[in-house]
Amino acid sequence: MPAITPEIVAEHGLSPAEYERVLAIMGREPNITELGIFSVMWSEHCSYKSSKKWLKTLPTTAPWVICGPGENAGVVDIGDGQAAIFKMESHNHPSFIEPYQGAATGVGGILRDVFTMGARPVANLNALRFGAPEHAKTRHLVAGVVAGIGGYGNCVGVPTVGGEVEFHPSYNGNILVNAMTIGIADTDNIFYSEASGVGNPVVYVGSKTGRDGIHGATMASAEFSEDSEEKRPTVQVGDPFTEKLLIEACLELMATDAIVAIQDMGAAGLTSSSFEMASKGGLGVEIDLDAVPVRETGMTPYEIMLSESQERMLMVLEPGKEHIAKAVFDKWELDFSIIGRLTDTGRMVLTMGGATVADLPIDPLAQAAPEYDRPWTPGEKLPEVAAADVPERPWGEALLTLIGGPQGSSRRWVWEQYDHMVMGDTVGRPGGDAALVRIHGTKKGLAATSDVTPRYVAADAHQGGRQAVAEAWRNLTAVGATPLAITDNMNFGNPERPAIMGQFVEAIKGMGEACIALDFPVVSGNVSLYNETNGEAILPTPTIGAIGLMPDVEQSVGIGFAAPDQALVLIGAEGSWLGQSWYLAQVAGRAEGAPPPVDLAAERRNGDFVRGLIRAGQVSACHDVSDGGLLVAVAEMAMASGIGADVSVAGPHLHAALFGEDQARYVVATADAEAVLAAAAKAGVAARRLGATGGDALAVNGADEISVAALKKAHESWFPAYMA
Amino acid sequence: MKAAVIVFPGSNCDRDVAVALKRVTGHAPRMIWHRDTALPALDLIVVPGGFSYGDYLRSGAMAAHSPIMAAVTAQAAKGVRVLGICNGFQILTEAGLLPGVLMRNQGLSFICRDVLLKVETSASDFTAGYNAGQVVRIPVAHGDGNYFAEPAVLDRLEDEDRVAFRYCDEGGAPLEAANPNGSRRNIAGILNETRTVLGMMPHPERLADPLLGGTDGAPMFRALAAALS
Repeated sequence: MPAITPEIVAEHGLSPAEYERVLAIMGREPNITELGIFSVMWSEHCSYKSSKKWLKTLPTTAPWVICGPGENAGVVDIGDGQAAIFKMESHNHPSFIEPYQGAATGVGGILRDVFTMGARPVANLNALRFGAPEHAKTRHLVAGVVAGIGGYGNCVGVPTVGGEVEFHPSYNGNILVNAMTIGIADTDNIFYSEASGVGNPVVYVGSKTGRDGIHGATMASAEFSEDSEEKRPTVQVGDPFTEKLLIEACLELMATDAIVAIQDMGAAGLTSSSFEMASKGGLGVEIDLDAVPVRETGMTPYEIMLSESQERMLMVLEPGKEHIAKAVFDKWELDFSIIGRLTDTGRMVLTMGGATVADLPIDPLAQAAPEYDRPWTPGEKLPEVAAADVPERPWGEALLTLIGGPQGSSRRWVWEQYDHMVMGDTVGRPGGDAALVRIHGTKKGLAATSDVTPRYVAADAHQGGRQAVAEAWRNLTAVGATPLAITDNMNFGNPERPAIMGQFVEAIKGMGEACIALDFPVVSGNVSLYNETNGEAILPTPTIGAIGLMPDVEQSVGIGFAAPDQALVLIGAEGSWLGQSWYLAQVAGRAEGAPPPVDLAAERRNGDFVRGLIRAGQVSACHDVSDGGLLVAVAEMAMASGIGADVSVAGPHLHAALFGEDQARYVVATADAEAVLAAAAKAGVAARRLGATGGDALAVNGADEISVAALKKAHESWFPAYMA
Repeated sequence: MKAAVIVFPGSNCDRDVAVALKRVTGHAPRMIWHRDTALPALDLIVVPGGFSYGDYLRSGAMAAHSPIMAAVTAQAAKGVRVLGICNGFQILTEAGLLPGVLMRNQGLSFICRDVLLKVETSASDFTAGYNAGQVVRIPVAHGDGNYFAEPAVLDRLEDEDRVAFRYCDEGGAPLEAANPNGSRRNIAGILNETRTVLGMMPHPERLADPLLGGTDGAPMFRALAAALS
C-alpha cells in the first residue's frame, strides 16, 4: 500500500484542513482505500460543501410534494394514486473529455436515479450548452454529445422529448450536458435509500465492476486545464442494453415485497451508495469485496470502491427473499451477488482475502462533511439600454438573422436523432414550448421543459434566477398544463472566487422568490461547480427542469396556428426592453445592459389567465414570448403551421416593440377575440388584438411580407449546414 | 385473430405494438419471452422494434439465433403471418425469412421522423387496408434502415410485386430526397414469396391513435384482424 504523503492527499482533492479532519475522525492515518473514500464523499460533487448553505433556502414543499431534495429524485403527486419522479443532473466534465460516452452515461445515470425509486422512466430531456460555433472543437462536441444521448436513450426505449441547445464562447472549454428523466410510479410503491434491519443482506446487481471512471466525482469537482484530455481514462463507458435489462429487472422485483432499500451506484460508485444507505438508516455495513462481480482480475479495494462502472445497483433485501430477487436477475441475465450485510456498529468494514482492508465510521464521514460559507460579492448592476440608442434595422432582415442564426435556428437536426416517439404516448413532440407525454393508459399528461437564459443570469443573477424559473413555468402553462415542481441543475464556475459565489447566491435568491410566487417548489437538483478552463468561467447557468400536469391531453394546444382567419391576441405588456436581447446582440452587435426585470405577480396573473383560456377551449394555439421577442414568437407559430399572419405594432420604437424581451407575455390564436379580451379585462390582465392568421406570409402593419416558406428555409438551414 | 408479440431482451416497441393491436382488435396479444421454444396456435406473430441484445455484433443478428426464432420460422413456414417492424425487419432478414440486409443509414445518424410511404401493393393481408399507390405518413426511428440487396434480388422483388412500401414525396414519387436512409430503390418494406411475412422499417404502431398525430398505421392492423379473424 502506498504511504499517505501530502502529495497524495492533494491529488485526492482534500485540503490540508480537510485532511486534519480525516485524521481526527479516524484517530489514525487512513490507508489509501480509506483516503479514497473520504476524497469522493467530501468532493464538491457528493457533499455539496460550497452550496448546501444556500440550497437550503429554496422552497421545497407544497401539498403535492411527496418527497423533496435528499433522495435520488423528487416525487410529486399527480393524482389517481400515481406520482411523477424526476431529476436533472449534469455530466459536463466527462462530456467535454469524451463527448459520446460522457453524454451517454449522463443519460444512464439520471435514468437510474429515477427507476431506483420505483418509477418507470417515461421521458428524457437534455439541456446542452456548447462553445462558439466557430470554435475548433464545437462541431465535434455537438456531434458526439447528440449521438451519445441518442445512442443511450434510443436503445433503452425512453423517448427524448425536449430540451435546449445553446452556443456561447464561455463554454468553449467547458460544455454543459444536463440530462433529465421523468418517471411514473404508484404512490404506494415508491422506494427509498434508507437501509434498515440489522443483518439484512446487501446485494449487488447489474454490470460487473471495472476500472473505468475511477475518481469521476473528484474530476467533476476540479477546474479544467489544457491537459484535461489526459483524463479520458476516468470517463465511464455506458451500456444502454444492460440499463434496459436493469430497468425491467428492477421494476419486476419492485412489484414483489423483497426490497427494503435500493440505491443506484452513480458518482463514487459502491462507496457513496453503501455509505448513503447505511448513513440514512443509522446503521453499519460489512462488505466482502471478494463477492463483488468484477470485470478483470487483480482489482484493488481502492479500485473496486471508487469505480464508476455504469449500470449497477445496490439493494438491501428482506431476509429470506434473496431467492426471489435472484430469480428475477437470472431471468434478465444480470449479475446478482450478496456482498455483505447491515450491522449495528455504525462502521463500514471492508474485507478482501479474509483481511480487513478498510474500517471507517459512517456518520462522521457522511454527515460531518465539510460545509463552507464561502465569501461572495454581489454583481455589479448594469445600466438599462434605451431603445432610442439602438439603431433600427428593417424588421424582415432582423427576423431572418435571429431565426436563421446559431441561437434561434431550428434544433430539428438534434432532436431527429433522438427517438422521441417510443412508448407511444408522445402527444407534444419536440419543437414546442413544452413536450407533452400522455400518462400511459389515462387521458392525463405530463408537460416537461428545461429553461434558463444564461446571459440574463450573467448580467443580473437575481433577475436571471427569477427569469429561469418563470420561463419554465410559462412554457408549461403555454401548453395548458398546471406547473407542479422543478429540478435545478446549478452550473457555475469556481465557488472559491467571491464573484462566482455571488452569482450563485443571487441566482438562488431569485429562483426562490419565483418558486414561492408561482407555487413551484424545488424537489430535486444537482450542483456542478468549477466549470472553468484556465480561469475562464462559464456563464452562470442554473438550468431549470420542470414538469406540469395536464388533466386531459386533448385540451392542450401547440404553438402552430390551427387555422387561418383567427385573431391573434397578445397577453401581457408591449415590447420595450432591448437590454440583453437577441436583437441587441445579434443585430446591433452589442451584448450588454441589464436584462428584462421579472414581475412575478404579472407572471402569475397572466399565466393563470392563459391556462384558463386553454382549458376552456378558447384558444387554438399559444406560444410564450421569450428569446427574440414578439416577432420571433409569431414567426415560430407561423413556421410550425405553414400559415401566415399579419401583426400590428405601434409605439415610438418598432424594434423594441417587435424584438424586446419583456417577460410574462404570450401570443394566443383564437376564433373569438372579443371573448378573450373581455375575459382579460375582467381578470386585470393586459391584452390587445395583435392581428390575424392567414395567407402564406408574415407581415407587420400590413406591409413588407416575408413568406413562411422563406422563414422556414432560414430557420431550418443553419444547423444542418453547420454540422455538414 | 390470435396474435403474439415476441419479447427479446432489448425489445422496446413490444408494448407499443401490443397497444395498437388491442386498440384495433379489442384483444391484447400474447407476449412471448425469447427463451420460450414453443408457440401456441396463432394467426399473427409480431417481431417488434427495439435493440434486441443491444444490437451488438449487428442489428438483429443475435436475436435471429434466439431460442424462440426456430418456432417462429416453423410457424412462418406453415403460413402463420409474421410482421417484423424496424428491429423486427432486421431480425427477419438475419433469420433468412426475408431477403437482403439493413445497413447503417447513409447519413450515419439515427433518424426519428414521420416519412411518406407509397403503398406499392394492396395484395397482402398486411396491406389490404390501403389502396395501391396510396401515400401514407408513418414514422421511422432507426440507425440501421438502409435496405440493401443484390440487383437481381431487387428485380425479383419488384417482378413478383413484393415491395410493400417505398419512401416517396407527397405525390408518391420515390425521389432520392424522400429517402431517409439510402435504401436501394427507396424500399421501406418487403413481403416474402408467399406474401405472409412482411418486414418494414417504419413503425405503423406509432401512428394508430389520433392523439399521437395521425392514424395511417391503423389500417394495417385492421386489415390483419379482418383477414385473420
